[in-house]
Amino acid sequence: MKSSVITFPGSNCDRDMDVALKKFGFKNKMIWHADAELPKSDLVVLPGGFSYGDYLRCGSMASKSKIMQSVINFANSGGMVMGICNGFQILVETGLVPGILLRNKYLEFICKNVFVKINDKKNKYFKNLNNKVLEFHIAHNEGNYFCTQDQLKEIEDNNQIAINYCDENGKIEDQFNPNGSIKNIAGIFNKEKNVLGMMPHPERMIDTSLSGEDGSLFFKNLINNLK
Amino acid sequence: MIVNEQVAVDHGLKKDEYAKICELLKRTPNITELGIFSAMWNEHCSYKSSRLHLKKLPTKGKKVIQGPGENAGVIDIEDNDAIIFKIESHNHPSFIEPYQGAATGVGGIMRDVFTMGARPIANLNSIHFGSPQHKKTKNLLRGVVNGIGGYGNCMGVPTIAGQTSFDSSYNGNILVNAMTLGLVKKDKIFYSKAAGLNKPVIYVGSKTGRDGIHGASMASASFDEKIEEKKPTVQVGDPFTEKLLLEACLELMAGDSIIAIQDMGAAGLTSSSIEMASKGNLGIEINLNKVPCRESKMTPYEIMLSESQERMLIVLESGKEEHAKKIFDKWNLDFAVIGKTTRSKKIELYFNEEKVADIPVNTLVENSPMYDREWKKTKLPKKNKIKKEDIKHLKIIDVLKKILANPNVCSKEWIWQQYDHTVMGDTIQKPGGDAGVVRVHGTDKAVAASVDSSAVYCWAHPLTGGKQVVCESFRNLISVGAKPIAITNCLNFGSPENEENMGEFVECVQGIGEASEYLKFPVVSGNVSFYNQTKEEGIKPTPAIGGVGLIKDYKNMITMDFKEVDNLVLVIGKTEGHIDQSLFARTILDEKNGPPPEVNLFNEKNNGETLLKLIDNKLIKSAHDVSLGGIITAVVKMCIKGNKGINIKKPKYLINEIEYLFAEDQGRYIIEINNRDLKKVADILNKNAVHFDELGTIIKNELYINDKTKVTIDELSTSNKSWLTNYMSK
Repeated sequence: MKSSVITFPGSNCDRDMDVALKKFGFKNKMIWHADAELPKSDLVVLPGGFSYGDYLRCGSMASKSKIMQSVINFANSGGMVMGICNGFQILVETGLVPGILLRNKYLEFICKNVFVKINDKKNKYFKNLNNKVLEFHIAHNEGNYFCTQDQLKEIEDNNQIAINYCDENGKIEDQFNPNGSIKNIAGIFNKEKNVLGMMPHPERMIDTSLSGEDGSLFFKNLINNLK
Repeated sequence: MIVNEQVAVDHGLKKDEYAKICELLKRTPNITELGIFSAMWNEHCSYKSSRLHLKKLPTKGKKVIQGPGENAGVIDIEDNDAIIFKIESHNHPSFIEPYQGAATGVGGIMRDVFTMGARPIANLNSIHFGSPQHKKTKNLLRGVVNGIGGYGNCMGVPTIAGQTSFDSSYNGNILVNAMTLGLVKKDKIFYSKAAGLNKPVIYVGSKTGRDGIHGASMASASFDEKIEEKKPTVQVGDPFTEKLLLEACLELMAGDSIIAIQDMGAAGLTSSSIEMASKGNLGIEINLNKVPCRESKMTPYEIMLSESQERMLIVLESGKEEHAKKIFDKWNLDFAVIGKTTRSKKIELYFNEEKVADIPVNTLVENSPMYDREWKKTKLPKKNKIKKEDIKHLKIIDVLKKILANPNVCSKEWIWQQYDHTVMGDTIQKPGGDAGVVRVHGTDKAVAASVDSSAVYCWAHPLTGGKQVVCESFRNLISVGAKPIAITNCLNFGSPENEENMGEFVECVQGIGEASEYLKFPVVSGNVSFYNQTKEEGIKPTPAIGGVGLIKDYKNMITMDFKEVDNLVLVIGKTEGHIDQSLFARTILDEKNGPPPEVNLFNEKNNGETLLKLIDNKLIKSAHDVSLGGIITAVVKMCIKGNKGINIKKPKYLINEIEYLFAEDQGRYIIEINNRDLKKVADILNKNAVHFDELGTIIKNELYINDKTKVTIDELSTSNKSWLTNYMSK
């Protein structure tokens, strides 16, 4: 399986994603934001970080990078595109996934483990995963997902919510919402579910010596689903 | 502008220093030259009050590749890997403008490390604030934490450990010390020594603006009521540009184009160019019209003294300009050839085709002032006797809860949750333990680092305090299973012109030197910050020690959380019941006098090395050093972290229960072992003549003391975790 990770100026989880993808069998290539064309890929990842220093709005300038037209075309033709953290913010700015990401409710950067409940398994990202709940890791300042009531209805009708913040048993309540996201949304799909944007970093959960191993479950399952 | 003695005094120079400048130049300096002298001769850059004493610190060792004198220290961690690290203060700017002050402190120290070719792999910090009741404390704390996080998070370097304290002596002068560790291949270390004639001098990074002019001079003076006017001297940070600069520099460093490289930190272009010329015994000629400027009509004086951030100066191999420019263009950074190295041994500056400065390098560096300031020795205070009636009425659980909720003991999760501590995917021990630990990427090795200070001990008796801080750093590294290698120090003091403050400095340095010599824990880099003083009021002496150690196989790392019910808990090291200057004495008895706990270097070394042997033999399940708040505080923290309880039985000593549980005697650790290993552990401890007590057995979620006192760990955990969050949300 071939994957591509895009490096924007200010990306800082690009190496971590490269390490994770390779660990679970992807042949990964690092792609520079100023390149015009994506190489042939089964998965494209927009990594976390602070592309363009978060200036203007998080993800806004990166969404206009040269490579992004190629990424958008790839997504529109059904290609798998995953945006993590800042990558999610970039996806939102391109319009590939609906909604926006506001500053965290308590106006503080948060770095900690969280639990997320998988809302939909009829997609290549979560299909065949045995777990209902995963322990992931978040590290962000602008992860407060927001959209209009009309958009929310559409998202829910299409089952586009990918994961919600919850407790270890899968209970979705306000107290388990770290950043004020509407409906505890931690990640969403586009309508076709080939594009996934999420705030948590599965690439930081690939080793028992680190924060945990649920990221390993996610990546192992993902590569199997793509085969 | 005509330069005279008054203009020199306004630049922070003393009258006799101005006379010396005129004598060295054999003429009156012009305003640009005076600015350069004032920048190079201030306390912050010249170390004029401290140099004499710093020379006495042990700086060599088998693992030391580079000691003090470069941008940062370098130690060998085997297999051609090396760690570059340093701590630096950004106290004065952080008090004036907490967000930018702290942010640029973090940015500056990271630059010091990647200037030498290392990729930063961990950040730490030691931050100290005034009394929580003081009206400025909350905002300063919030600003500093936001600033540290804002810069470090954006750079993608994990903040893995730190220390926060509150004391009214910091009411008018907070401390912000930032430390960075970087990883480099031993044969790819870059230095600041220029070499070769007519080599191009290159400016890269951000443009030069008018920010931070005289920043280093501001950091070399006490505060008064007009400090608000000094806001323009605080630099403004741009972590995004620094991230680009890091990647661009590392890309250029992968080749063989660079002869010397130096970041523009305090005193900007002035100190960086002079440092490179001085080390290479060369001259440097700069055309200031070539310096990329952010603002129009900047004068030579402003260009030379600007402390705009995220800039580097490079001496390049001739003919490599195009290659280097391509890399900086790719990263959208300014790149300009601004001058060349010369034979003249002078700094020669040109602006609009006129020579605007012409100064022999040695007058600025070797001939800079050095003072043997008057200082006063501190006598060891007399011990207090605790009166029985003072402690008779105390309930241990109430005291314990108070101690756990004390601002200096309580959980600092509110702070470190705002720092990205997991980026780079190698953080195997997060903040909140004895030391932060990161793996050396792609290997089985790991590096541990901690930062410590004990201002109260240093204030009570600087010599003992200086020793104690080094020992505490040693213990924190050993507690996670690391072999201590070397330290960096950040020496925060009041005015050196006051003989009490100077005495505190001299004796703390002496203590640090004695301990680091004995423990073979040399000082490889550091920084001095004097004038942490508002009018006559100085801070408590606060040397911060950043220690670094190596864990050969990261799987053998130790954490402090209790692991398993029925395991045994031992105390390594003897408890004599030293209560003076303990948190118990100061907060419960309200007794501020008396000597700090005695430091016995033999015991420190022996106890620590023996614990490492136990760890090597895989006999240790968890470990934690005993510090502030004594045995009971240490043990309860281990319970909270591991979600376990303990049944404690005080050994039959002469000292009473309060003394046993709350004393702050040095050289002690709490360890958890499996019951069946007791004999093996006892044998090793006895063979090495290490005193130990059997303290108790791990149980579920409750604390019992001598069968009569009982409390749930959840209740204690709430006391420990809620203070800071509540304080900040009020």
